Amino acid sequence: MTTDYPDMQAETVENFTPQKVTLTVNQKPVELEVLPWVSLLDGLRDYAGLTGTKKGCDHGQCGACTVLCDGERILSCLTLAVMNDGSEITTIEGIAQEGELHPLQKAFIEHDAFQCGYCTPGQICSAIGMLNEGKAKSREEVKELMSGNLCRCGANTNIIDAIMEVKNQLAHE
Amino acid sequence: MNNFNYLRASDVQDAISQSAREADVKYLAGGTNLIDLMKYNLTRADILVDINRISDHREITELPDGGLRLGAFVKNAATAWNHLVEEHYPLLSKAILAGASAQIRNMATNGGNLLQRTRCYYFYDANVPCNKREPGSGCSAITGYQRIMAILGTTEHCIAVFPSDMCVALAALDAVVQVEGPQGMRSIHFADFHRLPGDTPHIDNNLKPGEIITGIDLPAKGFSKNYSYLKLRDRNSYAFALVSVATGLELDGETITDARIALGGVAHKPWRVAAAEDFLKGKTASGENFRQAAEIIVQGAVGYEHNAFKIELAKRAIVRNCMMALHPESQLPGAQPSA
Ligand SMILES: Cc1cc2nc3c(=O)[nH]c(=O)nc-3n(C[C@H](O)[C@H](O)[C@H](O)COP(=O)(O)OP(=O)(O)OC[C@H]3O[C@@H](n4cnc5c(N)ncnc54)[C@H](O)[C@@H]3O)c2cc1C
Ligand code: SF4
Ligand code: FES
Ligand code: FES
Repeated sequence: MTTDYPDMQAETVENFTPQKVTLTVNQKPVELEVLPWVSLLDGLRDYAGLTGTKKGCDHGQCGACTVLCDGERILSCLTLAVMNDGSEITTIEGIAQEGELHPLQKAFIEHDAFQCGYCTPGQICSAIGMLNEGKAKSREEVKELMSGNLCRCGANTNIIDAIMEVKNQLAHE
Repeated sequence: MNNFNYLRASDVQDAISQSAREADVKYLAGGTNLIDLMKYNLTRADILVDINRISDHREITELPDGGLRLGAFVKNAATAWNHLVEEHYPLLSKAILAGASAQIRNMATNGGNLLQRTRCYYFYDANVPCNKREPGSGCSAITGYQRIMAILGTTEHCIAVFPSDMCVALAALDAVVQVEGPQGMRSIHFADFHRLPGDTPHIDNNLKPGEIITGIDLPAKGFSKNYSYLKLRDRNSYAFALVSVATGLELDGETITDARIALGGVAHKPWRVAAAEDFLKGKTASGENFRQAAEIIVQGAVGYEHNAFKIELAKRAIVRNCMMALHPESQLPGAQPSA
């Protein structure tokens, strides 16, 4: 049998060896030594020191932990760090280019699209994923495809405004 | 979450042989249900066998008879947006896109979707009795708050519903589940895949220990002209169904030549009643006929204090959804009601 962890045998069920996980996070190589049950979210926050990604519910119900994995938006709380070995992860820390804010970051500021800001990193990563997908045409569709990110402060209308502005900019490019 | 070991299966046989170990072994696909349940300590494992790196069953391919095979490890989002699925089985696309959120659909696999567990509040509360979680302990829902619970096929042992949206469409489409296990391969008709609670509500489906879902086959008939998925819930999106309906109609002018109607959110498995579909064949596609079909479908429904509303809601949802199936072009995003 072939697994990537040949040292792990049935007899060692009680022996929990930290495993090496190699990620590319925000275009930089990152190596983590984590036990199997560490979520990608905890891996990023507690092991890689990237605390921009937020833990809201830790159960897939809020979207605060959204990151991009190989370009697709996922919830980092419901996946294990070890499952993502070899993946390319983008977090909120990695979206500004050369000191210039990402268009969505600018639009969120212009549209006052946050109050406490806790949902914002997830909202922005999710919106980047959504725009990459290219499926949403109307405002209604944007709302539907952004429903996985809850804002408990009630900034939702402004969040959709900000995303629509960037979406329209892209359409004109 | 209990401490566990993590292994990666290189292929299906490798995973199956791992599952034969003297330990509590579970397969790990997208993780969106399994990891959640493990975090709550409602499920445990000694070993998680990651099946995400298996190179087979990651594609959607055409079958020789005109149908389609959905690989078990294809993500829900990739399935919903697949051009063959969108073109020939738009009912399935709609149902998938009505479930969970975009992020979760990017993670969840087709195999895992079939095996997600109930969202019964009491199943999720380890402090109270639940026959599904702890056989023989009792059912807290029957004497509790039953808003989200089942109205059809219940027993005194369990009144939980199976929460999947995708599976409601798969039931309507007469899908076939392909499985591989220690005893070899077999096919399971969708209607026989999930179980009613009976006196063994801890068993959700007829998968045997060690078996892996490898694919889901869709027969050629896709109802791509007249279809609709309607999902009614307490929040417009990112919420489980109180009642959902998948409808596929085949029409000759105004006359129904074939009909499929499956309900979600009302039972321990997607609910289909052949007598209602037979009743519609040869009839005019009218609200009155759909209402009569709806009466047949919910026959025998039993409501509890807080969910009796679901009986009338289900009937109206069936009628509305069948009418919506006559005009798929006017449907709204997110399986909302449309005119
Ligand atoms: C907040 C939230 C909201 C949701 N809302 C909805 C909704 O509205 N509608 C809806 O339909 N779903 C909803 N879901 C559920 C989601 O669709 C499921 O969690 C998902 O489909 C499970 O797939 P997975 O690949 O992540 O499975 P996993 O979590 O990896 O696995 C689930 C189970 O299946 C087993 N398994 C997985 N794949 C296989 C296989 N190929 N063969 C054998 N065993 C296997 C695992 O061992 C495990 O027991 C929601 C989930 C969350 C967290
Ligand atoms: S309805 Fe089923 S899942 Fe819910 S408490 Fe009763 S036995 Fe458990
Ligand atoms: S923290 Fe992941 S969805 Fe809430
Ligand atoms: S800004 Fe506070 S949760 Fe969204």
